[in-house]
Amino acid sequence: MVKEDFLLAARGVAKKYGSVIALRSADLSVGSGEIHALLGANGAGKSTLVKILSSVIASDTGAIEVHGEATNLRTPSDSIAAGIATVFQDPALIRDLTLEQNLRISGLDKADVEPWLVRMNLGHIDFDLQVADVPLAVLRLLDLARALAHDPQLLMLDEITAALTTDQASYVFEVMREWKDRGRSVLFISHRLGEVLEMCDRATILRNGADVAHLDLRGVDEGQLVTAMLGAELIEEFAEGPVEEVDSTRAVDVLEDRDVVLEAKGLYLRDKVNGVSFQLRSGEILGLTALEGQGQDELFQVLSGDHRPTAGELLVDGERLNARSPYDAIRRGLVLVPADRQKALLPQRSVRENLSTPLYARAGRWFTIASDEVERVDRAVERLDIDIRAGSQAQRLSGGNQQKVTIGRWLASGFDTLLCFDPTRGIDIQTKAQIYDLLREVAATGASVLLYTSELREIPLVCDRALVMYAGRIVHEQDAATATEETLLTAAHGLQEASA
Amino acid sequence: MSTDLVSPPEADGRPEALTSRQKAARYLTNHPHLVLIGVLIVLIILTGIIEPNYLSINGLRNSALFAVPIGVLAAGQTILMLTGGIDLSAAMIATGAAYVAANQSPRGALIAIIGGLLVGLLAGAANGIGVGILQVNPLIMTLAMSGILLGLFTSWAQTIFSGSTRMGDFIRTVGGGSFFGRAVPWAVVVWAVLSVFVVYMLRRSGFGRNLYALGDNAVASRLSGVRAWQVLIAVYTLAGVFAAIAGLLLGGRVGAVDLQLAGVFLLPSVAAAVIGGTSIFGGIGTYTGTILGALILGVLQSLLTFLGAGQAVQQMLYGSIVIGLSWLYTRISAAQ
Repeated sequence: MVKEDFLLAARGVAKKYGSVIALRSADLSVGSGEIHALLGANGAGKSTLVKILSSVIASDTGAIEVHGEATNLRTPSDSIAAGIATVFQDPALIRDLTLEQNLRISGLDKADVEPWLVRMNLGHIDFDLQVADVPLAVLRLLDLARALAHDPQLLMLDEITAALTTDQASYVFEVMREWKDRGRSVLFISHRLGEVLEMCDRATILRNGADVAHLDLRGVDEGQLVTAMLGAELIEEFAEGPVEEVDSTRAVDVLEDRDVVLEAKGLYLRDKVNGVSFQLRSGEILGLTALEGQGQDELFQVLSGDHRPTAGELLVDGERLNARSPYDAIRRGLVLVPADRQKALLPQRSVRENLSTPLYARAGRWFTIASDEVERVDRAVERLDIDIRAGSQAQRLSGGNQQKVTIGRWLASGFDTLLCFDPTRGIDIQTKAQIYDLLREVAATGASVLLYTSELREIPLVCDRALVMYAGRIVHEQDAATATEETLLTAAHGLQEASA
Repeated sequence: MSTDLVSPPEADGRPEALTSRQKAARYLTNHPHLVLIGVLIVLIILTGIIEPNYLSINGLRNSALFAVPIGVLAAGQTILMLTGGIDLSAAMIATGAAYVAANQSPRGALIAIIGGLLVGLLAGAANGIGVGILQVNPLIMTLAMSGILLGLFTSWAQTIFSGSTRMGDFIRTVGGGSFFGRAVPWAVVVWAVLSVFVVYMLRRSGFGRNLYALGDNAVASRLSGVRAWQVLIAVYTLAGVFAAIAGLLLGGRVGAVDLQLAGVFLLPSVAAAVIGGTSIFGGIGTYTGTILGALILGVLQSLLTFLGAGQAVQQMLYGSIVIGLSWLYTRISAAQ
């Protein structure tokens, strides 16, 4: 289905950051009335290409044509004027302003986005809220509504579904179909291959900064996409990854003899966390899932010492933890990997400095550099297989490698309990598999993991036991091996059924 | 350093095709200190062309002597700027320290020096408490502190610190004297020792790591267990002590102290750090760069003096340099 009249055609687009090649040479053609997928492992250059097409950054070389005419897009407003609107991976909103003020900055009015928000079941939203107080999922939908208000010819969606719940994602799909029916186009980026196959007509696949395949997606299955994304040589290694190891998930009854390392007793935080109690045992991976905004963010803030609970207590190894800051929790072995890498990364510092930061938190460690720093850092880099070629500044790493750095920090400094908040959000399957393996290795050595995940299939894949949170409470608990998406989703919607 | 972790990416085994100009540009971007050394040498030669007598021990020593108070004050600015802060009270702390030292000079050099350093310690700690615990914006905190200090010393000059305004002999020797046949000023030695300390601290200490981490991403530092208030109190106190040392050296060189002693050095102290590549937004910078920045300003001062430009022209130039370079660095980082 080759079309001659491409809405957008990019040829030989390349971009270097210093000596690091983000995009070697990429071709991309999106036809009218087409939903086009842009696929690739992390670091393949997807986000760079999107930023170039939306003129957030300038390409070093390459040509971009819109409707067959060469264009010279310099600023994001040029792209919007040319009919290209983008929803970026990180919401392009100013945190300290209200939603309404943010809309004004982009030259829009409440009335422009409201019809879209109503369709996404967000008609009730308070525009006087500050961006910082609005959940990520809502911001992404708001960002989408803002892009739609420009009535673009081409809508570019970079990992929009990553932070969304199933029903929220369905609103996005509805819009995408409508755009297609109107003869317009969508460029869709997602790591969820199921969505891609369901929604998209064609795909361009990037690997190491170059386009390696242009596929018509009819009759293609997930396996073929993975092969194209990773290259044939990596597939075998990957097949031996997590899937076969599912059997090794230990039975819960074995864990019942182990010591309780972390116990929450009736934790409350404002009106967000409403009496959460659970026990986490040594060597256990405890899964937690919930729909967006059910108090899971706040629960992790309490557990990691970032916020004091308004009531209830937290016991570490049977002793009460009264943390004034994350420092106190970390000293007791309780460490956090936040979902948002911007909260964990030192973007301008080296991988080494990123990994060694916790070593120097205590004032007694201020006077020198730890004698085993290099050793600890090298071990973490090796164990996580972090690509450190761009390691002089963490911001130059790909998203997956950045996420590895935020986990590797705790491997380098040591911990007893790892609090992981959606660590695989928006990263490629290869890195995901590495993170699953790592979590199980960590548990096998006797440490514990509390894993919040928005991807339900990770629960049976990685965890021993599962908790479901709804409206600030734990509403469901079951053996992870027997958990299905159906039982978890039912519980996550607050619909109690006969307990499994 | 991090270099042992970095190897250049391979372009599918093919070496990247670059023109020699691109190569040179990239090399200089990766080694910014070479650019600064180049600028310094060009300025020295330029000054030598205008005034041939400058290219002598005497001429260069004058530039070095002028660079000392800038460099020492800029040590404080650098470590604060790394955390995203700044010290607008540095010049007033220096003046106050010199004032107290001069006042206490009749009681011996040791008491005088301790008294002077104590001013820096207390004012710096107060800045640190304001920024670290009360979470006052650093610009506001230190600007207010500068006003408070000026008020205090103005009134104290008539009361508890009335009396001597002359520095004792020891401080005057350290501030203005030289050895090896007047070739090497003692003040330069003090600066050199302080430089070794600061460079080591930033590169090879946990405290240094905390400064960079805090300035690069305060939230990430907190989640890594860094307690910002501790680091901030320590770093503002240290910057206060550096300012006091600068004040003692300057007072020693001038001999007599008044409340306008160090005022003109505030802007160049910020300029030296900015010239040296320290980001005012925090997280990026080295003291080696700042040292080169201070030396460049020292030579520039000699050059301007030979050209007959006075203090007014110099201050305008420093201001223009800070604005120009801040603009330039923003453009460079945007282009990368």
